[in-house]
Amino acid sequence: MDFLTILQIMDSAVRLATPLLLACLAGLFSERAGIFDIGLEGKILASAFFSAGVAALTGSVWLGLLAGVGASMVFSAIHGLASITFQGNQLISGVALNFFASGITVLVGEAWFSLGGRTPSLSGGERFSPIELPLSETIMPVPVAGPLYHDLISGHTFLVYIALIAVPASWFLLYRTRFGLRLRAVGENPAAVDTAGVSVIKLRYAAMVIAGVLCGLAGVYLATGLAAGFVKEMSAGRGYIALAALIFAKWRPWHALGATMLFGLLEAIANRYQSIDLGGIVIPVQFMQALPYILTVLILAGFGGKAIGPRAGGVPYVKER
Amino acid sequence: MNVENTQGQPETVAPAIELRGISKAFGPVQANKDISIRVMPGTIHGIIGENGAGKSTLMSILYGFYKADAGTILINGQETQIPDSQAAIAAGIGMVFQHFKLVENFSVLENVVLGAEEGEMLRPSLAKARKLLKELADEYELHVDPDKLVEDLGVGMQQRVEILKALYRQADILILDEPTGVLTPAEADHLFRILEGLRAQGKTIILITHKLREIMEITDTVSVMRRGEMTATVKTKDTNVEELAELMVGRKVLLRVDKKPATPGDTVLEVKDLRMVDDHGVERLKGIDLHVKAGEILGIAGVSGNGQSELLKVLGGFANGTGEIRINDDPIDLTGKHSDGRSRRERGISHVPEDRQHLGLIMDFTAWENLAFGYHHAPEYQKNKLLMDNAGMIETAQGEMDRFDVRPPNPMLSAKNFSGGNQQKIVLAREIERNPDLLLVGQPTRGVDIGAIEFIHQRIIDLRDQGKAILLVSVELEEILSMSDRIAVMFDGHIMGERLPAETDEKELGLLMAGVTDTKGAA
Repeated sequence: MDFLTILQIMDSAVRLATPLLLACLAGLFSERAGIFDIGLEGKILASAFFSAGVAALTGSVWLGLLAGVGASMVFSAIHGLASITFQGNQLISGVALNFFASGITVLVGEAWFSLGGRTPSLSGGERFSPIELPLSETIMPVPVAGPLYHDLISGHTFLVYIALIAVPASWFLLYRTRFGLRLRAVGENPAAVDTAGVSVIKLRYAAMVIAGVLCGLAGVYLATGLAAGFVKEMSAGRGYIALAALIFAKWRPWHALGATMLFGLLEAIANRYQSIDLGGIVIPVQFMQALPYILTVLILAGFGGKAIGPRAGGVPYVKER
Repeated sequence: MNVENTQGQPETVAPAIELRGISKAFGPVQANKDISIRVMPGTIHGIIGENGAGKSTLMSILYGFYKADAGTILINGQETQIPDSQAAIAAGIGMVFQHFKLVENFSVLENVVLGAEEGEMLRPSLAKARKLLKELADEYELHVDPDKLVEDLGVGMQQRVEILKALYRQADILILDEPTGVLTPAEADHLFRILEGLRAQGKTIILITHKLREIMEITDTVSVMRRGEMTATVKTKDTNVEELAELMVGRKVLLRVDKKPATPGDTVLEVKDLRMVDDHGVERLKGIDLHVKAGEILGIAGVSGNGQSELLKVLGGFANGTGEIRINDDPIDLTGKHSDGRSRRERGISHVPEDRQHLGLIMDFTAWENLAFGYHHAPEYQKNKLLMDNAGMIETAQGEMDRFDVRPPNPMLSAKNFSGGNQQKIVLAREIERNPDLLLVGQPTRGVDIGAIEFIHQRIIDLRDQGKAILLVSVELEEILSMSDRIAVMFDGHIMGERLPAETDEKELGLLMAGVTDTKGAA
């Protein structure tokens, strides 16, 4: 395996990890505030459809982005209403939203485009195009660093860079600001926040807004950056994988980057090598493609070490008598 | 009795807190009825009352958790609206709850600044808090390592963090709800020193407790609540424990347990080198040796969390341990399939668990179901091979409820509809009526009204006098001292020593509870 191949796999891994990373950070904000967010999958799907659909109709990927993030925010708001205001069961609310997303996207898709739930293929201004970072051609001849910069770091769409910037930004917000301290506290012991004179409800809704935006960006990237248009069920379990990565990352931003990159890498390897020959034994392509999902199951089964989530996670806050 | 005009201060000083005609109802339950109270600045004001008397509701209104249906609140003479905790904090009120409101995996510093940060960024707030904490620590003996995680601190330290939180918010009025329930006597004494220091600085303190001794020891004025009403406010120096108990309950109460000397017989329970490791891999019992004879009460004293709960669980059959347990000189199975609550009962061990609402009762089940539960497979409860004899169970339950004075004596009511004391009587009736050889009792009077305490204690002593062995676990030292024939003190999974009640006192037991073995030298 030569350097160029490695670079290409890495490059592909970064692109494949981006929607996972954005969704994972969305889940991080939500769960850190004490709201289980199993509905990441549905939010990604809804955002993917509405971004691609609106981009196809208007010809503008930016309007698509707004529509995608908007759709995700609506889902987030419903989830917030169910689990914060009405103190319902957060898992049921999330699962319901996932079902709703998978139905509504196909239904509206068929009504708008009559393509069996798909959107038309996006092209030109309907998609996000790669950004060439400055000097990438100039330093290309430099050994190692040149190709690394040109192939791996440069040449991604704007949302990849947003996702990467979101990692330190999330860290800073959580650990260096007043808002972050309160957000982390509300996921651990909302009674402590309440008695300190801070609104539990406002904090949790704020977390839902952030989760809605980040998860929306994940869907937008999926349909308008990674792929060229929406196809039925295109989220393909990425919301759940992001949740697994979140647990693997123990609800921490930098760890989330590492965890989602691992999943991205597995997917990239599976895409590149349809079958791997290990001295006579051929590993079938189906196994390679199943790898990220197998890893998800293993992590959720607790093989990634003991993970203790925010202690008030999943529990609606009710003032005690 | 002097109830009228007990606040001797001249009328020119406005009370730090004045409540006028506060009422609050939860549905049909009138939790607070037309309550008026004046708390003068720079005093420690005690509020006592039985469980459910409305103390906590009143304080929750003062801290903005509930809105009163009627009445006004005056802070330093100014009428003040307190719609939420933010408003209470702004009015200078700080609250130390019975169950701490701390974020366990945050540092002390982070807990203190939470909600009272200086600006958007965290670091300047933390730096400022660190400086202020040091000043407060020196001023009031409130030393806590600011960088320690709260979950790594003992309960006494956690309580200091709660007090620091209030002081950091510049509280002038500090409300403490049952602050000594989780403390060792030494820690409680330290807390009282802190409170005295705060009073000397002009702070006003409201102390809610059900421990009459504390009221007598530290308060200047005391208010008594009963059934949602403020029945009396008196100067502490003008009253005594008996009078306060009578005001609380509404009738004369026997505060001392009346019992004859024990006449111990053969050893019923013998425990040798009992060890137990919990789910987190922490060793909770580190080699326990003890025995209980027929006709005696062995009291286990200790601060909660030092292995007493685990000891009861292993003895009761719902946790696995290693070592040896013998009942009437016959070993019992500690780990295998014969180690469960049912087989323990068959061996003559009855168990009144510490946490009666989770382990002792099924709250949504009726009283008769709860009274049969655990013994529901007894032959007398079976109608035939297939069906249980429900009518018979209800009849038996009715008899037990009458004998144990459970009120209301209605076997069809759900367990959750009974008061704490009556719930405990249901559990006690079930376990005692089975005529056990050994009764395990954990915290028999926790959350129980003072009137019911008397009854429960008497029943346990009666059982002893019938020649049964009793193992009593309690965090209330007074209870241990008055009930036990022998006292063993647990600390960190060990038995620190055994004492006879007549030859020891709270101070010595307190040292043992804190892990000090050389009590003669230290005392």
